[in-house]
Amino acid sequence: MRKLVLPLLVALAIAVVAGGAAWLFAPAGGPAAPYVAPRLPASAGASAPVQSQAMVLRGQYLARAGDCAACHTAEGGAPYAGGLRMNTPFGAIYSTNITPEVVHGIGNYTYADFERAVRHGIRQDGKNLYPAMPYPEFAGITDDDMQALYVYFMHGVPPRPQANRDNALPWPFSVRPGLRAWNTFLKPDTPPAPDPRRGADWQRGAYLVRTLGHCGSCHTPRGALGQPKAMSEHDGADYLGGAVLDDWYAPGLARTLKAGERRWTEDEIADYLATGRTAHSAAFGPMSDVVQHSTQYLTDADRRAIAVYLLALPEAEAASADTDAGDAARRQQRLARTTRELADARPASLGARLYLDNCVGCHRVDGQGDPRTFPALAANASITGKNATSLIHVILAGSAMPSTRQAPTPLSMPGFAWRLSDEEVAALATFVRGGWNNQAGPVSADAVRAVRRDTGLPAPTDRNR
Amino acid sequence: MAARRLKPVDAVLVGFGWTGAIMAMELTEAGLDVLALERGEPRNTNPDFSYPRVADELTYAVRHQLFQDLSRETLTIRHRPGQRALPYRQLGSFLPGDGVGGAGVHWNGVHWRAYPAELQLRSHITERYGAGFIPEDMTIQDWGVTYDELEPYYDYFERVCGTSGQAGNVQGRIIEGGNPFEAPRRGEYPLPALPALYDSELYAKAAAELGYHPFPRPASNASRPYTNPYGVQLAQCSFCGYCERFGCYNYSKASPQTTIHPALMQRDNFRLQTQCHVTRVNLSRDRRHATGVTYVDPTGNEVEQPARLVILCAYQFHNVRLLLLSGIGQPYDPATNTGVVGKNYSYQILGHVDLFYGRDTIFNPFIGAGAAGHVIDDFNADNFDHGPLGFIGGAYIGPGRTGGRPIQQLTLPAGSPPWGAGWKQAIKDHYLHTMSIGTHGSVMSYRDCYLDLDPTYRDALGQPLLRMTFDWKDNDLRMTQYVTERAVEIARHMKPDSMHAVHHKAGSHYDTRPYQTTHNVGGAIMGSDPRTSVLNKYLQSWDVPNVFVMGAGAFPQNLGYNPTGTVGALAYWSARAIRDHYLPAPGPLVRT
Repeated sequence: MRKLVLPLLVALAIAVVAGGAAWLFAPAGGPAAPYVAPRLPASAGASAPVQSQAMVLRGQYLARAGDCAACHTAEGGAPYAGGLRMNTPFGAIYSTNITPEVVHGIGNYTYADFERAVRHGIRQDGKNLYPAMPYPEFAGITDDDMQALYVYFMHGVPPRPQANRDNALPWPFSVRPGLRAWNTFLKPDTPPAPDPRRGADWQRGAYLVRTLGHCGSCHTPRGALGQPKAMSEHDGADYLGGAVLDDWYAPGLARTLKAGERRWTEDEIADYLATGRTAHSAAFGPMSDVVQHSTQYLTDADRRAIAVYLLALPEAEAASADTDAGDAARRQQRLARTTRELADARPASLGARLYLDNCVGCHRVDGQGDPRTFPALAANASITGKNATSLIHVILAGSAMPSTRQAPTPLSMPGFAWRLSDEEVAALATFVRGGWNNQAGPVSADAVRAVRRDTGLPAPTDRNR
Repeated sequence: MAARRLKPVDAVLVGFGWTGAIMAMELTEAGLDVLALERGEPRNTNPDFSYPRVADELTYAVRHQLFQDLSRETLTIRHRPGQRALPYRQLGSFLPGDGVGGAGVHWNGVHWRAYPAELQLRSHITERYGAGFIPEDMTIQDWGVTYDELEPYYDYFERVCGTSGQAGNVQGRIIEGGNPFEAPRRGEYPLPALPALYDSELYAKAAAELGYHPFPRPASNASRPYTNPYGVQLAQCSFCGYCERFGCYNYSKASPQTTIHPALMQRDNFRLQTQCHVTRVNLSRDRRHATGVTYVDPTGNEVEQPARLVILCAYQFHNVRLLLLSGIGQPYDPATNTGVVGKNYSYQILGHVDLFYGRDTIFNPFIGAGAAGHVIDDFNADNFDHGPLGFIGGAYIGPGRTGGRPIQQLTLPAGSPPWGAGWKQAIKDHYLHTMSIGTHGSVMSYRDCYLDLDPTYRDALGQPLLRMTFDWKDNDLRMTQYVTERAVEIARHMKPDSMHAVHHKAGSHYDTRPYQTTHNVGGAIMGSDPRTSVLNKYLQSWDVPNVFVMGAGAFPQNLGYNPTGTVGALAYWSARAIRDHYLPAPGPLVRT
């Protein structure tokens, strides 16, 4: 999530430099018309003396489904008090305090103010929010849900007098009115309305994935000007088609779940969202946080609805080089060959030798790991996808599964940045992508270098090696 | 001494190892607001035991990274009353843990249940061999709790730990391949036994041929991926050989971190504060009620933490010392044989036989797990007739293959060069081809083996150190000799090229330098009579009923077995009594 702003800033920069465009600095379409929000039922108004506890709890549920805390809570900070730093090469921006505190938070937001911010990205003072806030998606939140969210943030969140930090953005990125142009020309449409031909599970899943959960924020690629390329599957295969963000590759979901050698079942997806683990896979990187802070709190029915929707995504392209080249027997042969190479401790490559030295204890000679404990590397779509960024990132930084109510153990893998050079990580990643029945392409030391640089992870010293 | 006074909590736990984690889990489940105070550092699998950094023998095994910092607090040791005890800058014979997880981090995972007869030792020996069989200076006692009472809690702790083993007696049904002597268990072990390593294969075959009953040692090293009753997960042990003295990087060895903390830390009514060193339990004016504890916080300031319930969960030494420092219970006096706190300190006694084979017999000693190995129990506890032998106690016998580390786990035949090229050649010749059979034996308790406060030496905070008065006694030396001779017979039957047996000889004295076990027991013993025990059968202080004391300090004498299984079972047993009986009506759980 944190680097969401980067493409947007790039887009702005291009617009500013290229245009001399006065429209950037003027409200689009002349003076802003007074904004009229849908009327809030009196029972849920901010002025109503007693809010129903049920509504607060529903709002809390929705805030978790929307994972508002992911951005609006700093590491170790008070919930929703903001202050999470989002680094960009242009400077840092900080998420804001959305507790109901009057001076620094949103304590004096009316429902109309709140609704306009969430759906349209406009603050109470009329200024635009940076579209790190997924308001294009949130525009599709139902009125009922929006009201519950408002009630929760006004009455269910403790107010925190934590001042917002100024963004450290130089001109022209600091110019908020420029965002209006983005909104006018680049902001995608709201996710489509429910499809009446589908079942109730699918409808619910579509709403959770497309709108409230804004899964596309990470999983859908963006255009050259930072705009999401798709808001639903109707916009084509780009929707949830996989994207790199913050040096993690959020995989294409149809491809991962449906086209890989291991097709996911509804049960597995629901289980993954509850626990961050299945028999073969483990949540890692930012998805581990999503499970930790968001999906573990969903009802079983909602997790299942998400699974129904995701499994109904249009089939991904059949031919991915990594998964179905060759017949099953040949794959089995290759799997056995790598397994033997490792079991005999006769590594044929640097990568295989590094695997023996660093990985084999948990992921095993057959690359199958242990059920729900250590993920399989063989036939794992997160390993074999075209983009190896996440694999590199995990090798360098390590990762931990979430600690959830159903699966409290945050099983983790240590990082190896301190121990392995760029060339070694590349050799190891190449081995893992091509070993067993995997057939994904090699990884270059340059690709490793880029992730190491972006993440600021240290390089090994002679002593460590 | 104007200590800062904090808001009261329902229960304060002193120390956060195994028993602290168990108590925290149980008492938070009962709805109590629980605070754990741990004097050491926070520690977790990630990052503290991460691969490959934790597989560093020099740092952890030799330089004692995870053990008690003796520069701040040690203990003084002497062989008998009248001698001057001296403080130890280095310990060797036993190595108390430190930090979150305590010794539960660096144990091997050997997970036993005591025998019913051992829990009623004095009664049992008297009944079988007559009262005169017990030497006059031997102060063994019954525990006050029976195996049948503890069985459900043994079972539960094994399920928490994912213990791997082969049952020998399920509800009276004797099962081939298990320990035929064991008391009835309600069910199988949660996981199948670890596979036998080659040394165990040879040993088990030989022992069976001699008519003994080999079985795999119960191991809290998970033989399969496992999810315990708390939903916490263990991974399958990879036999990396880095259990003892190390934290497990692989989530395979049961520890508080790998079996309890992930679930506990999700609870809002639990808090842990590390680097908080409790210096005393505070008592009411009449000394019948604890008002809380005083600790020194990380900045060196004294803090008073009021609590309704105080539970001592530190290592055995520290619990005993804290009772003495706080004035809970009457200190033991060996001269008059009065008082109880510090009484019946006891230990264990080990012997071994090394077997050296030729080049064709390859053990690959680097493949090891803390609790791997087959043993026989034919000479443990009272599983054999002691009548003609004239001693009490016994040992389990078998190879324990914890690993093949290069510094501390190299074994050479007697007479090998101790250094240089000759030593290197000897290592090359023997490293892969050597195994060892250990005898892991009990030590009884005696009138003049005890713990008290040292009159001379103090710790970094100015409080008296604990003083240990202990030496080997004839009974236990004869036991270890007898049992090690049995081990030698089995070893001979295994036909090594050469062999070498080591055991403590008659008349020898306790030496604090070579490692034996960190199975120090007694000093805060449980029992059924307040005149001869510190705690009642629920580990509740006879003197101050809102103080409970966990750990092996409660053992009135030692077992041949490793203590952790019993320590865990006792903690769950005590917690159940607190939840069901103490909390509804606070006060003594046993009336006298």
